[in-house]
Parts: sequence; structure tokens; C-alpha cells
Amino acid sequence: MLETRNLSRRVGPRLLVQEINIQVSAGEILAVVGPSGAGKSSFLRLLNRLDEPTAGTVLLKSTDYHSIVPRELRRRVGMVMQTAFLFPGTVAANISFGPRQRREAMASARITALLERVGLSGFADRDVGHLSGGEAQRVAVARTLANDPEVLLLDEPTSALDESSVRGVEELVQGVVRERRVACVIVTHNREQAARLADRTMVLKAGRMVRIGATGEVLHDA
Amino acid sequence: MMPELHVSIGRDVMMGLAQAVAAIVLCAAVVALCRWQAVRVEREAAISMARGLVQMVFVGMVLAVLLHGSLMVGSLILLAMMVAAAFTASRRLRGMSGALLLCFWAIAAGAGTVIAAMLATRSLQADIAILVPVGSMIIANAMNACAQAAERFRAEILAHVGQIEAGLSLGAEPAVTVAPYLQSAVYASLLPRLDMLKSLGLVWIPGVMAGMMVSGASPVYAAIYQFVIVAMILAASGITGLVATVLMRSRVFSSAAQLVLRPTEVSTSS
Repeated sequence: MLETRNLSRRVGPRLLVQEINIQVSAGEILAVVGPSGAGKSSFLRLLNRLDEPTAGTVLLKSTDYHSIVPRELRRRVGMVMQTAFLFPGTVAANISFGPRQRREAMASARITALLERVGLSGFADRDVGHLSGGEAQRVAVARTLANDPEVLLLDEPTSALDESSVRGVEELVQGVVRERRVACVIVTHNREQAARLADRTMVLKAGRMVRIGATGEVLHDA
Repeated sequence: MMPELHVSIGRDVMMGLAQAVAAIVLCAAVVALCRWQAVRVEREAAISMARGLVQMVFVGMVLAVLLHGSLMVGSLILLAMMVAAAFTASRRLRGMSGALLLCFWAIAAGAGTVIAAMLATRSLQADIAILVPVGSMIIANAMNACAQAAERFRAEILAHVGQIEAGLSLGAEPAVTVAPYLQSAVYASLLPRLDMLKSLGLVWIPGVMAGMMVSGASPVYAAIYQFVIVAMILAASGITGLVATVLMRSRVFSSAAQLVLRPTEVSTSS
């Protein structure tokens, strides 16, 4: 589903990401772990082209992503950030944001179904200013899912949440990935989270991939 | 006749200089008062006053020479003023490539359109003695609007990188993701001009009206004409703010719809 080929990014003299080659299949969760400043978020931002690689590329279903219009690419490769960054307004307006960009109306039944899926039934008309951190992050996931992405990128999606919200979001992610058969890459500094969620884990250090494999093995050896 | 005229001008200049000395003495007293409260502005105040006096005397001398110049000469003076205004406004956008040209086009679009409209509707005479001072007022305000709009837009973008990239990540056009910040930047740049229009006649009687009354124009006509000038200043500021932010918007995103104006710590984080 998603493949990187010698993916690299340099900013000035700093090599943030160096020649990373990975493949992620549909329905698979790959965790990216590593110390602070290892290039985890920089790597993730290259996958939906929020930043431009200085070398290498990404293939989405075997197509070089440079040949895909950025808007369409980002619809297909959805991203949930560390902070929800909801737009002012209601939960429903946030969820229908993506389809609205393509001038597609989103039926209220679909919004209701998505909210139900993320455990927020009855939240459609709520103002996002009144949501807890966990609720906001669930809305961010639902907002991304409204675009029907083929790949889901998660950048430390639970780092700002309390323990009970963390488990809720993890179960949601796991469920969605299995149901929808999306390929998922999650950046996390939390090794326990990687162990709970990921099929495989990649370890980054100074922008380089130092290890990739089954999560149990990688975390056990590290 | 000519010797009498020279004597009269010389007398006016001497009187003006005496008045300038009196104004400087008053400012120096205020500076001394500030120093008494440990507010140290003496150096800056001295430089500003010296620059202001020299610049205005120079402008007066240039206008005295060009007083009977053609519309072309007046237009060239206004063009030079727009370039100087663009230099000043672009200082607020340090680090952004093409800032000078961006500011020039914004100021030229705002001030140029309004001055041309005023000339076309005969609200402004094609007389260099009127065209240059009125045009300079419009250009100065366009310059302020340009600097304020551009600076605010940049600050808003830097403060909302997350929201903007969340929008991009959902497949939004770059213009959609920064639309609220563009609107607030243009609005913020217009606020001083809107306040100026609201307080017209109540809080201040601007220079053009005062000057017209001194030179014998009807106070009612002078008041209406002053309103026209301030309204045109608002129009020029609006066009300038809009053009500046729209031009800037195209520069803060790459051709692949990536936000390139980001704080350093964001662009190099893990």
C-alpha cells in the first residue's frame, strides 16, 4: 500500500531523515519509535508531503506520489496530529470539512455513524470549544476518516491525553485499521503503546532507520 | 515685484524657522521631563527632530522648484514616494524573499488606484502643488496598511501552523487554510483608518481642511473635501492590505501546497 524509497530530507546542514526504505501493507500498523530529535515526525510529514523530500520518494499503491495532486494525496493519506487542531465551530462542521473541500455534501447519517464509531454519539452539534482533550482527538480521527483515507498517519496522537483517553483512542485506531484495511504509521515515544498497537516497529536514530521488525522482537532487543 | 516677493519669502522662512525653534525648545523640555522619570529618549528625539526638520525643509525646497511642474513630474515624485514607502513597509517582512516587490505592488495598487480615481473624478486637481501633498498622504497610509496587514498575516500564520497544516492534511486548498488569518490581518490594518473616519471632526480636524480654511476656502466645502480625502485613504488602505496579503499568501506555500513559512523549531523538530 505505502512504500518509501531512499526517503530523505535535509534542512541546511542537518539530515533530518536519511534514506529510509519501508513498506506498510493494508490493515497493518507500523510504529515509529526513537529518542527525541530522531526524525520521527519529520519522517511522518514526508509521507503525506507536508514537507518535501530532498531525495527519494514515496509510492502509494505503486504510484510515485509526486505524480499525485497534493490535495488528492492528502485525502488518501490522512494525518492525525499530536494536538487535534479542530476548527472553530461544531463537531459536525469539523467532520464534514474534508468532503466540503471537494464540494461533496456529507449526509448527516454518515456524520452520525462516524461519531458513533469514535464513541461520540450525540456530539454532532456540540461546539468544539467544549470538548475534552480525548474527545477532541476522537473528533480529529473521525474528521480524517471522513475522507476515506487509504493510509492513516498518527503523530503522537495520545501524548497530550490522560490514561483513560489514551486507551480509548488506541482501541479506536486499532479497530478502524482492521475494519477499513488502511495502512497505518504511528509515531510514538511510548514503547508500551507501540507494543499494544503495532504489528511492526521501526527504530529511528538521528534520522536513520536502525531497526525494523515484528514489534515484540524489536522492543525486546532494544 | 520680484525683489518684494523674495523679501516676502525670506520673511516667511525666517518666521517658520523661529516657530521651528520654539517647537524644538518645547520638545526638548518634554525630553528633559522624561529623563527626570528615567525615560531616556533624548538621542532618538534629537535625531528624529533633526531628520524631520531637514526632510521637510528639503521637501519644501523641492516643491518650491517643482510648483509649476507638469502632471508627469508629479507622477514621478509619487512613484518615488511609493518606492520609499515599499522600502519602509518591507522592513516588517525581514527574511521573506521578494518582500520589497510585494510591498511595492500592494502600495502601488492601493494608492495608485485611488489617486487615479480621484484625478478621473476631479476630486484631485492635476496640479503638482495639490497632487503631491494629497498623494503623499494616501501613499503614507497605504504604506502603514501594507506593513500592518503583512506583519499581522505573518504573525497569524506562525501562530496557527497546526491548524493550517491540519487543513492541508485534510485536502484543503492553501487559500482556504489561511482565509481566517488573511481576513483578520486586512481588518486589523483597516482599524486605524476606520477609527480615523469615525473620529473625523469630533477628535481631530485634519491638516487639509485646516489648510484650505487658512487659504480662504469655505469651511463646509473644506470639511466635505477632507471627508473625501480620508475616505480615499480608507479605500487605498483596503486595496493595499488585500493585495499585500493575497500576494503574501502565494509566497507562504510551495507549489506542492506545503506551508513554507514556519517557525524554525517546528520545521526541525523530531
